[in-house]
Amino acid sequence: MNMLLKNREALLVVAILALVALITLRFPGFIAPANLGRVYNDTSILIILALGQMAVILTRCIDLSMAANLALCGMVAGLINVAFPGLPIPLVIVAVVALGAALGSINGLLVWKLNIPPIVVTLGTLTIFRGTIFLLTGGQWINAHQMSAAFKGLPRADLFGIPALSWFSVLIVALMFVVMTRTATGRAFFAVGGNPHAAVYTGIDVGRTRFLAYCLSGALAGLSGYLWVSRYAVAYVDIALGFELDIIAACVIGGISIAGGIGSVPGAVLGALFLGIIKNALPVINISPFAQMAISGMVIIIAVAVNARAERRKGRVILKKAEAH
Amino acid sequence: MLQDTTTSRMKPAIALEGISKSFPGVQALADVSLSLYPGSVTALVGENGAGKSTLVKILTGIYQPDGGTIRVDGVETHFAAASAAAKAGVTAIHQETVLFDELSVAENIFLGHAPRTRFGLIDWARMNADARTLLERVGASLEPSIRLRDLGIASKHLVAIARALSIDARVVIMDEPTAALSYKEIHELYELIDRLKADGKAILFISHKFDEIFRIADRYTVFRDGRMVGEGLIGETTQDDLVRMMVGRDVGQVFPKQEVAIGEPVLTVSGYRHPTEFEDINFELRRGEILGFYGLVGAGRSEFMQSLIGITRPSAGAVRLDGKVLVIRSPAEAIEAGIVYVPEERGRQGAIIGMPIFQNVTLPSLTRTSRSGFLRMAEEFRLAREYTSRLDLRAASLDQDVGTLSGGNQQKVVIAKWLATKPKVIILDEPTKGIDIGSKAAVHAFMSELAAQGLSVIMVSSEIPEIMGMSDRVIVMREGRMVGQFERAELSAEKLVRAAAGISEIAP
Repeated sequence: MNMLLKNREALLVVAILALVALITLRFPGFIAPANLGRVYNDTSILIILALGQMAVILTRCIDLSMAANLALCGMVAGLINVAFPGLPIPLVIVAVVALGAALGSINGLLVWKLNIPPIVVTLGTLTIFRGTIFLLTGGQWINAHQMSAAFKGLPRADLFGIPALSWFSVLIVALMFVVMTRTATGRAFFAVGGNPHAAVYTGIDVGRTRFLAYCLSGALAGLSGYLWVSRYAVAYVDIALGFELDIIAACVIGGISIAGGIGSVPGAVLGALFLGIIKNALPVINISPFAQMAISGMVIIIAVAVNARAERRKGRVILKKAEAH
Repeated sequence: MLQDTTTSRMKPAIALEGISKSFPGVQALADVSLSLYPGSVTALVGENGAGKSTLVKILTGIYQPDGGTIRVDGVETHFAAASAAAKAGVTAIHQETVLFDELSVAENIFLGHAPRTRFGLIDWARMNADARTLLERVGASLEPSIRLRDLGIASKHLVAIARALSIDARVVIMDEPTAALSYKEIHELYELIDRLKADGKAILFISHKFDEIFRIADRYTVFRDGRMVGEGLIGETTQDDLVRMMVGRDVGQVFPKQEVAIGEPVLTVSGYRHPTEFEDINFELRRGEILGFYGLVGAGRSEFMQSLIGITRPSAGAVRLDGKVLVIRSPAEAIEAGIVYVPEERGRQGAIIGMPIFQNVTLPSLTRTSRSGFLRMAEEFRLAREYTSRLDLRAASLDQDVGTLSGGNQQKVVIAKWLATKPKVIILDEPTKGIDIGSKAAVHAFMSELAAQGLSVIMVSSEIPEIMGMSDRVIVMREGRMVGQFERAELSAEKLVRAAAGISEIAP
């Protein structure tokens, strides 16, 4: 048990299994593979976004503008599709990923070059991005009938019995795992958040690293924009309103330290899944939406408390005899 | 001096007797005594690491001594916390004054004991009026309502002193109060200290500057290696006596220095200057040489080193490495060229806590441990194992968090990190500060071994024994300039202290 407590990911897996067991007691159908697959598919976008947010939080920053970036990119994807219905969907995706990265780079540049606190920068761009959607559309919606079949169909497309939306998140998880563990940039995210002063001396450009993290979170928000709009077949100013809090909550539950430098891809994925399961299960076991919000909030606080405990446990070894093991 | 004879007959305001304090691996204070008399300034002198700051922390209740007694007005007292010392009337004014930048002058003076109205709310009118009176007493014409951040350091000192008066402090500790002041401000401070003396305050004055000690102090106490080695009246001593007491006669520690044949020049620095931090830095560093940089804290040594590796930019100057002119714009370029800097503050600038040991070691060498853009974990472990084992690192596994290691072992990880970059020049800034004796010896032995392998070492140190024990040559800096250069054969502790403190060769 002590071993388990030390390993955040293992602890989360246990918590998720317990949660699923608990829900199954009230609603036996929940455990059916098809249902679990649906829950994963529902959580796919949150997983992608949480991974982007993780990169930013690791560098001791935060990106509050992700959901607004998603909404703007989703709207642009919709507008492109309305204007050029024949344009291949992969091209649309490339366009919105690039747009998302560009929007993220604005955050990154402001944090890097002007040294503005990240929370202020992204709070500002959050509002600007939402406002831009309104300017683009005048508040008009893009509805399902205006979108091409290919545009709406891609997330639902079946590959080996699993919808493409799920495959997208699997692909991003794999990609992010490689970036975080196998590239110098991924390592730099940890170093910058773990100790920015020390990172400078080792030749890491702290500002540039944060800029890259914001570009990454922006690109993933852009991709999520297309996925969101095509999946729900609607685009308007307020899509994913307030979703940034879910993204950050998934990271926090996943053991990513808000103080930076600590976190992992499996942690972020498990944190997102935990939140996704709660959000999916609470309605089926007939809990009111308001109680759902309260429960989600409680879960976040409990997760942070558990993480704080884990941090405290790691005292410095002062005794020589304790150092050997 | 009439005043001195009277103070020696007076009862001390506060007296420490037989105080000891140890930390794991270090005996910071051993059986020291110190008495502070009302209306008298006692100068506390000693090298870095002599135990002065530990003593201040005991006096102000931040540390509790392991043994010994504290008497306030002859009554034995125990300072369980900083608040107890403040209650007893002990207050400290630090090098960088610890006040609140965003609060007003009056709030800073009265924080914690502000005058209240009968409803229990802060009586602003009275607080500002009282603050004005106190500020006048310390000779400061400051508006009580302005924010502290808008003041210079000298004015902040005055606010701190006004605060000391407001809590009716009887013992005032000044820890290098003049370190950041201009000439004119220093003289204003002297006048203020004279006034505090006249008010009957007992003052402890900590300084490295001999001219001001002889100007302001009535008594002196000298610490060396955590022990009190001398005390008396300033009027009955000389600068030479104080220097001799500070450095002692023997170095008292054997340094594992190997004799190394010094080779050709590797690094040449000429005309290096910075608008505010240093100027006229010129020297050559040779293959296999350990070049010591000695000076008081704040002499500009670390600032120069940081500029050498591209953290800050010099306004002029040239660097040549192996005869080739080098332009270094960032630490990454310095590492690429083969110049690495092991910073002073291990916690803040050294190890990355939360990251495993092996990743800490390989961080600046990732280009070498990766292939086509992807890191190779096995290669990283190999590199980390190679260098940590050479430094005799004691760790269960290289996968373990650096934060779980002791200070000495963390320092070994940081040094291993830099050696793994295969540098030509390694700059070690206070390499053994705050680590235990055993780890110190390991770092020293390793430094010598590096020089023997043909590496050139720059060692910034404020510890005389280390400088004398390890250096082939020593450059002394004071106030941003090189003020002395000594070969190993002609080194003496007295010469170093004199050069660093700006005392002329002929005793006054």
